This record gives sequence, C-alpha cells and structure tokens, in this order.
Amino acid sequence: MSATTATAPCCPSPTVDAPAGARRIVLVGNPNVGKSLFFNAFTGLYVDVSNYPGTTVAVSSGRMGDDVVLDTPGIYGVSSFNDEETVARDIVMEADVVLNVVDAVHLERDLFLTQQIIDMGIPMVVALNMADEARAKGVEIDVEELSGRLDVPVVPTVAVRREGFDQVRAALADARPGRSDPELQERLAALLDRAGTRPEALLVLEADRYVSERTGVSVEGQRDAIYQDRRRRVDAVVAAAVRQPAGRSDLGARLGRALVRPLVGIPVLALTLFAMYEVIGVFVAGTVVGFTEGTVMQGHVEPFLRGAIERVTGSSGTAYSVLAGEFGVVTMTVTYILGLLLPLVIAFYLLMSTLEDSGYLPRIAALSDRLMSGIGLNGRAIIPMILGFGWITMATMTTRILGSERERRIATALMAFAIPCSAQLGVVVALLAAAGGGMIALAYGAIMVLIFGLIGLALDRVLPGKSTDLLIDLPPLRLPRPRNVLTKTYHKTWMFLKEVSLYFVAGALLLSLLEVTGALQGLQGLLAPLTVGWLGLPSAASNAFVMGFVRRDFGAAGLFDLGLGGTQILVALVTITLFVPCIASVLIIMKERGRAFTAAVWFGSVGLAFFVGGVVAKLAGVL
Amino acid sequence: MTLLDARPGRPVRILKIADDQARAQCVRFGIGEGTVIDSAETLPLGPVLVRHCRQEICMGRKLAGRVLIEDTESA
Repeated sequence: MSATTATAPCCPSPTVDAPAGARRIVLVGNPNVGKSLFFNAFTGLYVDVSNYPGTTVAVSSGRMGDDVVLDTPGIYGVSSFNDEETVARDIVMEADVVLNVVDAVHLERDLFLTQQIIDMGIPMVVALNMADEARAKGVEIDVEELSGRLDVPVVPTVAVRREGFDQVRAALADARPGRSDPELQERLAALLDRAGTRPEALLVLEADRYVSERTGVSVEGQRDAIYQDRRRRVDAVVAAAVRQPAGRSDLGARLGRALVRPLVGIPVLALTLFAMYEVIGVFVAGTVVGFTEGTVMQGHVEPFLRGAIERVTGSSGTAYSVLAGEFGVVTMTVTYILGLLLPLVIAFYLLMSTLEDSGYLPRIAALSDRLMSGIGLNGRAIIPMILGFGWITMATMTTRILGSERERRIATALMAFAIPCSAQLGVVVALLAAAGGGMIALAYGAIMVLIFGLIGLALDRVLPGKSTDLLIDLPPLRLPRPRNVLTKTYHKTWMFLKEVSLYFVAGALLLSLLEVTGALQGLQGLLAPLTVGWLGLPSAASNAFVMGFVRRDFGAAGLFDLGLGGTQILVALVTITLFVPCIASVLIIMKERGRAFTAAVWFGSVGLAFFVGGVVAKLAGVL
Repeated sequence: MTLLDARPGRPVRILKIADDQARAQCVRFGIGEGTVIDSAETLPLGPVLVRHCRQEICMGRKLAGRVLIEDTESA
C-alpha cells in the first residue's frame, strides 16, 4: 500500500486483539437489512464499539473464533458521499473477507453494492436475508442462478430467527472474488502499479476524491459510465435469477404511504411526539429520576460519599468543597450520571431504537421536508429537533446524520438557542400555569416560534456553503424486534456514558472552582443592572440566570419563588429559554462543532436572551 | 418536464438527473438515466415520492426540479 496522507486515515483500528493470521471479516450492507443481527450472533457479548478515528461514526468490532469481525454503517455504495461511506470504505478496503448482507425483497438496489465490492476483487459471501419476507411477497429467487451469476456463495437467511447462520459461517471458508466485468478489470490492472490495491484503483477510477488524493493518482473520473454499466449488469443478474409478481400493496405498504401525507401523517406525528413527551419528559424525567436522583443518589449515595470524603479531608476545607460541595466533583458527577442521565438515556434510546427499527423516522423526515427547507435544512433535520425537546445534549450528537457541516451548524444553533429541553419545559409549563395560562402561554409560544424561524432564516442567509437536498429511501414499516431494540439500546447507552463521563467530571470541577474562589457570586452581582434595569425583574432574579449557566431548568426553577407578576413571568421565561445551553450541552457542542462555534452560540444566546427579554418587557409596558 | 410535473400513478422515463451526487445515489437505488419508474408524485406540503421496484424514495422538491422526465407514451 502506498503512503498515506494525514487527511484520510488509512487503517481502521480493530479495537479487539487480533492474533497473527486472523482474517478480517467485514459485514457490509444497505441500511435496514439486518446486518447488526449477524454481527451480534457471530461475536456474542464481547464486542467493542468505538468511534472511527477522525469521524463521529461508531464502528463495532468483535471476535469470532480466531477471526476479527467488523461491522460497518449501512451504505448503498462505497464512496465518500458522507461520513458513513468514508468509514465503510476504509474498512472494506482492508477486508480479507466481506460478508455482504442483502435484502431479498430489494435485490435491484442491494446488489449494486454487492457488484461494486465484487469489482474490487475482495472475496465475498452473500447472505440473502429476509428470504421469508420475499417469499411472502411472492418474490421467487433462484439462489443457484444468483450464486452462479455473481460467482460467490449465496446463503438464504432469516436473521431475526437466526436461520441460515451456521451455513453462512461455513460458507465463509469458500468466500471468493466474484465475477466482474473483464473490460473494467483491464482498466483497473493498468492502474494497479500506481494505485496500490485493486479496491483503491476502482475508487480512483470512480472519481473518489479522497482515494485519489491519498494514492496520488488522478485519472479522468468515469463514475457515471462505471455506475451505469454496473447498473446494467445488476439488472441482468436480477432479471435472470429473480421472478417477481406485479406490484401489489399489502397493509404495511399502504400505511407507510399514508404516513407521509399530511392528513394522516401530521396527526400520527403529533400523537407520537405526545407519547414520547409523556414517557420521557413526564414519567422518566419526573417519576423515575425523582426516585433515582432524589431518593437513591441524594438520599443515600451522596451522604455516604460525603461522609467518606469528610473522614479524609475534614468538612470545611477547599478540598472538601471541590470534591463534595454543591458542585462536588465526586458527588455531582455520580448523581448526574447514574441518577439523572442513565435512566433518561436508557428510556430515550429504547424509544428511538423502537422508532428506528419500525422504519418510521424517515417518514417524519419526508413529512417535514418542505418546512425545514425554508431554514436551510432538509427533512432529516427534524429528527435531532424532536430529540432536542427531550434532551439537547443527545440531540446535538444526533445532528451527525445531517448531510453537511452547514446543516449541522444550523440545527445545533437552533436547538441551543430556542428549544427548551424536557426538564426546562416542565418548569416553564408550571410557571405559565401559575401566571394564569391563557394569553401569557400563547404569547410565550408565539414568541418562541417566531424567534426559532428568524434564527433559522438568518443562519440560512449568513452561513456559507450549500445545504443538501432530501434523497432518502423509505424502508418498509415493520414491527420493531425487541431483541434488536434492546441490543441497540445497550450499546448506545454504554457508548454515550463512556463518552460523556469525563466531560461531566470536567464541568463539575470548573463549577466547584468558580464557587470556592467566589467567582460565582461575583457573576451574580455583575448581572444585577441588566436584570433590574433592562428586564424589570427583581434583583434576586439574577440568581436564576447564574444558575441557568449550569442548567437552564435550574434557572427556570429559580424563578418560582420570586413572586413575579404575569408580564414579569413572560419576560423571565422568554429570557431563560433563550439563555445559554446547560454546561453538559456546551461541552457536547464543543466536542461536535468546535470551540469557535460554541463561543459564538454561547455569547450569542446570552445577548439574544437579554435583548429579546428586554424588548418584550418594553413592549408589554407600552401595551 | 421535470419530476414535479409527473402525474401521480403513471410510469415515467427519467431522462436526466442534473446533480452529480444525486445521480450516483439514484443509480445505486436502481434509477438511472433512461430508467422507467413506476410513478412519481409530489406530496402535499412535502417532497416528491418516487416509486420503483417496491422501493419508495423521497426527493426534496428542489432536487426533483432538476430531474428531467418524459411520458412513457411519447417515447
């Protein structure tokens, strides 16, 4: 292999120990074909999930006997269109054997990737998954013909029931490079002395910019011609090996189509969001966290930890304050992570994995595409936005699914500015009720929607670059498979906790230091003129804003005991909602979008919050 | 005419996809220049829904406006 540049990491890092002579078996397939079921069955519980170096895409690796098994993100083809493809590309290019999982119902689509990997010359086995579903839909597949045409082993499987898995394992020994196009292979051979490997030569020929840069070989790109030719070969294979009935729609297909139409789609979406809010925002954030954070952590664990620390440091010194004080590195971290975050993360991933597994998420994206395109986003951005109401930290990480950095910035900023998280929303609702509801609640809602739209329009104008258009495949609606949902939830929860724990320790340490040095109280004094003079709130309200730096819902909670009037409540709530995102969010935003962006969002939201709050106060005074 | 002008429920032939990345992605989905798709329909308040070989593909309206088509009868 030729020398590599720093811009594109060349070698995936299998995080499990690989003995010498171990084969790298790489699972490849389109999204939603059941790849993860194969991975879980082959590797068991001892797998490693980690972010691929230089990207935000998670890669799982595990062991099967002496071999290493790597899972890759679902892709429709190998290239560099997005992070998922880049990661899959680099792992596939280093594969000894590819296990290609295809959806028997959609072979026209799935075999494109199969044929592309065959053209790379990598030994392969095809798992013809969802064989039962294809049969039920009347699709007849001649497996021998398919295997003969592709010239690789093809094994029918039903992954949800683990049918055919033993045969797949056995077939891996017979993996071989399949039948490519002789003329294409000649062109590749001519490039081999310069491009290194056959997969690299193919991607250079397909005008993959990154691989061209990496290998230092640039030829006139022939992607269109190669793709069209490959499409013809795949269509010929399908025509020979698959007999399909004329399209007929079952109940699932009809329901799936109704869900992207506003008349059915919008009410169903509203119901889904309401159910999610009830489960996460009310039941888990309230009842469950009340028990885990309040009763268990603050009631039993924290006093125990404080006692233990006190025995070492005494109960009054700086060391005690830093370790076990109000923002104690030991006490706050443990309470936040285990008492508050863990139940929320589990509940959250359970629901999200259920929605993901059912095929509903892409339909929400389709439904909201027009609206989102008005603010420089496309329909896919609705997913992090919905998550934002549950929990902005998590939603910020989910902006990774968006097509360009420009879109990720717009979505992250909108959430940080204008979307209250569930904990804060709870406090806001309670305060609005206290203010007499009605007009004040309406005014609050209208102001927030207006600000959201204006920020979106402004960012769309100001940020350079071009947003991507929606182009997604709607997977069939399915009943979620509990085992799949649980496995996903477990892996994602674990990965998330692993990622954020250190950030929390750092955040708690920073706050403790601010407190013991008196800087926290200083900030409070600094804010007073703004609070009283400009917003027309009592001076004690500045406490709420200082608390808001830590968590916006703490800030909102601080407004409870101030005895505010109706207008004051409106002003205070608008200000605190637009106010800076909580420490945890800030840390995640910094990790995902970088320091400069985070600083802009942070100072921008302080400025915007006080500006809009003040304008509302003055307007309300005039009216 | 473009995908935005397609009449719902009728097959049309794709003539040109004037966006490099979208063209490649469509070929992967099974839709190339020259492919006759089952139907295309502009959803109310939404994107364009393209149906082809039991697949349903959603395409933003801006992109759909850059996809040239013709009626299968006129070919």
